[in-house]
Amino acid sequence: MFPAIELKAVNKRFGAVHANKDVNLTVERGTIHGIVGENGAGKSTLMSILYGFYEADSGEIRVNGKPISIATPNDAISAGIGMVHQHFMLVEPLSVVENVMLGAEGGFTLRAGEAKVRAELARLAQDYGLEIDLDATVGELSVGLQQRVEILKALYRGADILILDEPTAVLTPAEADALFELLRALKAQGKTIILITHKLREIMAVTDRVSVMRRGEMVASLETKDTSPPELAEQMVGRRVLLHVEKSAREPGAPLLEVEGLSVIDNRGVLRVANASLTVHAGEIVGIAGVAGNGQSELLETLAGMRQQVLGKIRFEGRDIRFEEHNPHAMRKLGVLHVPEDRLRMGLVPAFPAFESAVLGFTDDPRLGPGPLLDHGRMIADLSAKMEAYDVRPPAPRLKSSKFSGGNQQKIVLAREIERNPKVLLVGQPTRGVDIGAIEFIHRRLIALRDAGVGILLVSVELEEIMNLSDRILTMCGGQITGERKAHETDEQDLGLLMAGVTERAA
Amino acid sequence: MSAPIDLPKWADTALVPAVSVVAAFLVAGLVVVGIGESPLTATRLLLQGSLGTGEGLGFTLFYATNFIFTGLAVAVAYHAGLFNIGAEGQATLAGLGTALVLLNFSFLPGFLLIPLGILGAAAFGALWGAIPGYLQAKRGSHIVITTIMFNWLASVLIVYLLVNVLREPTNMNPETRAFPEQSQIPFVHEILAVFGIEVAPSQLNLTFFLALAAAYAIWLLIYRSRLGYAIRTVGSNPTAAVYAGISPARIIVIAMVLSGALAGGLAVNELMGYQHRLLLEFTSGYGFVGIAVALMGRAHPLGIILASLLFGILYQGGAELSFERPAITRDMVVVIGGIIILFAGALEGLFRRIVARVLTPAMRQARA
Repeated sequence: MFPAIELKAVNKRFGAVHANKDVNLTVERGTIHGIVGENGAGKSTLMSILYGFYEADSGEIRVNGKPISIATPNDAISAGIGMVHQHFMLVEPLSVVENVMLGAEGGFTLRAGEAKVRAELARLAQDYGLEIDLDATVGELSVGLQQRVEILKALYRGADILILDEPTAVLTPAEADALFELLRALKAQGKTIILITHKLREIMAVTDRVSVMRRGEMVASLETKDTSPPELAEQMVGRRVLLHVEKSAREPGAPLLEVEGLSVIDNRGVLRVANASLTVHAGEIVGIAGVAGNGQSELLETLAGMRQQVLGKIRFEGRDIRFEEHNPHAMRKLGVLHVPEDRLRMGLVPAFPAFESAVLGFTDDPRLGPGPLLDHGRMIADLSAKMEAYDVRPPAPRLKSSKFSGGNQQKIVLAREIERNPKVLLVGQPTRGVDIGAIEFIHRRLIALRDAGVGILLVSVELEEIMNLSDRILTMCGGQITGERKAHETDEQDLGLLMAGVTERAA
Repeated sequence: MSAPIDLPKWADTALVPAVSVVAAFLVAGLVVVGIGESPLTATRLLLQGSLGTGEGLGFTLFYATNFIFTGLAVAVAYHAGLFNIGAEGQATLAGLGTALVLLNFSFLPGFLLIPLGILGAAAFGALWGAIPGYLQAKRGSHIVITTIMFNWLASVLIVYLLVNVLREPTNMNPETRAFPEQSQIPFVHEILAVFGIEVAPSQLNLTFFLALAAAYAIWLLIYRSRLGYAIRTVGSNPTAAVYAGISPARIIVIAMVLSGALAGGLAVNELMGYQHRLLLEFTSGYGFVGIAVALMGRAHPLGIILASLLFGILYQGGAELSFERPAITRDMVVVIGGIIILFAGALEGLFRRIVARVLTPAMRQARA
């Protein structure tokens, strides 16, 4: 039997960048094949070649043993290849059925096509346990279900080989588990699945084989059961990586940031933070664990001065923050700095050169230039030094912010905030979409900051990260703080219950 | 979905627009052939009429002055993420401001009256821009809709005032009395004559240099100042602006004030520099062409100056062309202008792709 997919000596260049160098890949039929690599290692390029977004400069693609050329996504679809993108390609106001039909409507009226889709989807639901309300509006479905619609779309078009690009990046842990169940069911029915991810836990949990890419090359292809996360991490980065950053015990100092009975409503009038109280002391990392969307974002934004609370008090160094000074500007002046959750929407301006993004929020600093003007030379020199200290690649201050990989963008944001000597640092999702080598670096920086006496409030949906870094852990659910634990006195199950809203009664 | 095209900066700012303009002229040439004229002759007449004589060049630069001001006005708003369609109305109101200042302070000497007249134009233009800006910032009324409405308001307001209030009782035309002599901005040919250089008279006046200075000032403001940084942040990423502590509402109003004030430059050039009175419809659509100028110049002051020159050439050369070859009517010239806008604006991506395809192998070879 031929393998489902064989790539031989595939090359792709973008200008000076050799994104794929003589890549060979064999994916056996009926298996789940993981592809891991740091951001920019060439995984997405390779999959885009397979799905017809790009054409390879050279090399051969065989599907089920037959050499084929894939110039457009349509070629890929007719070869039985389906793709589920990280950012969904769905029309939100349309229903599930309408989305699946899109591009395969059938005749002039929709009725015949729709009947066919319904019948087919019913069969798929039965075969794979892909239950879904066909008439629900896609925009109102949860992210996990929207992803399911994407998978249905691919299957409806007859995909035998399914490519999933970072499918769990947007999912809660429970949704991710459901996805893995589904992938196993698909495999049992003979489908072939290619899973692109940089989360090693997922690779270990669900794949049969795993291929590792580094700097455009395929450096290893291993049986999952014969490898381990440290080995894969080493292959990805090209050197040994510490997945666990060591930190020494440290007694927290005086309280810096105190929050009492804070309630926040969002722009639509929905209560997002309900009566939350917490304290961040000097020299401690307080982690907030919770499934995304349970009020952590609003809590961070309120503390940073971007939102006003409707109730409750915020104290900094023992003094109440008055209404007039509760804005990003004044909070920054006090020393409450903020690494926002969403780099691209908030942390930097993608269209600006990096050296301009590197002063976002600090443009009134007189050191940046005389009078009303900004001195670009000085800004560039300043960022150059930071780029060297933070190992930002490429170290090019004039490059557009959007051209850096996620990890390097995050380093630029971190450098901007950390190098301004914060007293309290609010950190949201510091390692989202960041590759393993950079995660280690970022974790070290945060711990060094804590050891220097900075109070850190860390919000992350990565439970592992919270448990790894925090001294104290708070859990949030539905806008409320549902529990508090010392980091060394808890485990994932315990936190998982608190995150699900099972509040503690006994201490 | 396709791969983003990366070009070296020089290709992006110079080569691609140049290719677009050449292609536009080729297509426009086909149109000229279609009506039975020779495109080569037409091009010669166009260029000769606009650049070939001192007088033609003077008119070209006079028109370019108008385009620089309205182009900058549109560009400043554009950097803040706003589409200001209202340069026409803002310039109209600026004309009113100029007239009110010049006619009421006619006792002042020229070195005071001229700057005051310019300030009057800027202030009234700014006010007419600030109101839609405020409505956008505080009430969420879409700037495109409000600025269009404000164009109409300006145009009926000025008709009312000129017919009923500002007109000299003895004058049959809806226009004010002439501005005082000392308030008139000198013509370039007059200045040159003082130094003994004879050039053919044209409408070109010193406002042209004010326009160049404004372009430099706007470059400094947008790309080198703290305020410009805030304007671009709001325009490019409003959430990041809120994160940074920049108030988008405040920046929107400021950008529209600047935009309206710049549109006022049109009134300065046309009224203080040439007509020397306030009259109806002196804006003649320059405000709208400013949108095309700003887009073609990629909202960059240098690009706007170049695009303004191109449009100045089209206006002046086109007038000469339709005079010399009656078969090519003024409307035909407008068509040619439209083709250029189409190619330089809407179809610009087309040529980026082609330029990239030609350049990439060459660059690869150069590296190897």
